[in-house]
Amino acid sequence: MVGSRAIESRESCQILTEAALSGIFGVPRGNLKGATDWEPTWSQPSTDGCAAFLFEVTMEQYSVFDIIGPRMTGPSSSHTAGAVRLSHTVRHIVGKPISKVQFTLYGSFAETGRGHGTDKALIAGILGLYPDDARIKDAYQMAADADLLVDFEYSDEPVEHPNTVRILATDIDGEDTEAVGQSIGGGKILITEINGLDVELTGDYPTIIIRHQDVPGVIAEVSHVLAQLNINIAFMRVFRHDRGEDAYMCIETDTPVTKDMQTIILSLCKSIQQLFAI
Amino acid sequence: MSSRMFDSGKALVEYCNEQHITLGEAMLRREVAMGEHSREEIERDMCANLEVMRSSVRKGLTERVESVSGLSGGEAMLLFRYSKYNPFTGDNTCRAAASAMAVVEVNAAMGCIVAAPTAGASGILPGVLLECGVERSWTDAQLVEGLFAAGAVGMLFAKNATISGADGGCQAETGVASAMAAAAIVELAGGSPDQCLDAAAMTIKNVLGLVCDPVAGLVECPCIKRNALGAANAMLCADMTLCGITSLIPFDEVVSAMYAVGKDMRKEYRETAKGGLAMTPTGKKVAQRMKRINSK
Repeated sequence: MVGSRAIESRESCQILTEAALSGIFGVPRGNLKGATDWEPTWSQPSTDGCAAFLFEVTMEQYSVFDIIGPRMTGPSSSHTAGAVRLSHTVRHIVGKPISKVQFTLYGSFAETGRGHGTDKALIAGILGLYPDDARIKDAYQMAADADLLVDFEYSDEPVEHPNTVRILATDIDGEDTEAVGQSIGGGKILITEINGLDVELTGDYPTIIIRHQDVPGVIAEVSHVLAQLNINIAFMRVFRHDRGEDAYMCIETDTPVTKDMQTIILSLCKSIQQLFAI
Repeated sequence: MSSRMFDSGKALVEYCNEQHITLGEAMLRREVAMGEHSREEIERDMCANLEVMRSSVRKGLTERVESVSGLSGGEAMLLFRYSKYNPFTGDNTCRAAASAMAVVEVNAAMGCIVAAPTAGASGILPGVLLECGVERSWTDAQLVEGLFAAGAVGMLFAKNATISGADGGCQAETGVASAMAAAAIVELAGGSPDQCLDAAAMTIKNVLGLVCDPVAGLVECPCIKRNALGAANAMLCADMTLCGITSLIPFDEVVSAMYAVGKDMRKEYRETAKGGLAMTPTGKKVAQRMKRINSK
């Protein structure tokens, strides 16, 4: 028993290290093709020994398909492909059929969105299309066919990142989900807010988002169950409103967490209130 | 296999010479070494990229494409047809330039393309590679190898400089795309790894300092025509290399110079649409018109 506890705490420690590493950059891996006006904090290799090492580690993640690729529907990786991914991710967060969606576009999204087809891209993502789908340009018609109500607002309110969108989705049971996301370049995205809670979610890896009570032991419990299911955690972040209140875990994994596995996690971890998989 | 082989062009060429392999093969080996996919899977994925490239060229040259903004479309087809009538650039170069434009026109019309290295510069590599491939009867397997060689050069820029217009201006997008295309065709024509990088160095030298100044912030003007230039630049530098001309400044130093110039560029010239052609009276007028469409 003591032995198994020791393993558990070592795992937690590993997870914390991984989470801390990703936290240092504050942006997802793989942002080679930066977006307008925005510079990743690590865009220049630092001469500092530690930071230089971390930079190397992240660079190793890049693939030839980051250079020649992605295959995508144009015209812009940030304004089109990234927009599809943002709303596609929100579709998963909602987890149920969506009947109504309202998009508020900020910054460069608001200024040049129409010319870049950002509006169509956002609708396409909500409909479940991927960035390389040739039907993105027909998204308005597809939404009409699927009885999806869409509404756009273009805001000139200043935002932290130029390519920002706020998505308010209402599912068929009338429940609202509100998320804010940024398209940070090269088709990469960052979901920064879910239902008023600050998060950091990239969608680069299979991800589960868990809403849970902020009580001691939940993180260890969840990571333990994942370990038993042979799921390796790549990155993990924990967010909360306030001590003891609702909290969220974003867990990015190397392999997808199947529906069956999600049921197991839900049945074994009692403090979980909701679980979404992306 | 050395994990540092993509640290510099010099290290990469040394590795290739030691192993008696091409740049493309080195790139492929590194991808396999990353451990996520088998060699066959990686080759198949790159072949899928080649297919999308091919269909985007075909679409732009045969169909009536028009961009969402209404600013572009149809010019690639014009140039392609004209290429039969004794063009000054030679019919081969003229067709490659038209093909490059075709891809970016398709991109602007919300068609499917392969970013190479970015969407705005996506025409150069397919334009050059596919046109030269037809001309010289290269097989698909050879073209895929060419794509890996191009990827190797792009990777060197990504690791040691930038391939983002927002970081380094147009030189980092269409410039790097030309360098990638030049290296690919030099390799497929039988040039050495060293010659591939020399050709890449020369293409960048030719467009060093090129700013990113998209009118109304859209990937259309001047991007589409700069892809045409990029194709011609790549083919010219490939020819210069293959006839024995070398670059006085070595590849790695050119990469550093490109990065330094990019960093010195004012923000106005790095994809913000606040400088260069975007700020001409006509450029501003177009931007105003787009804004009105947007607010409707």
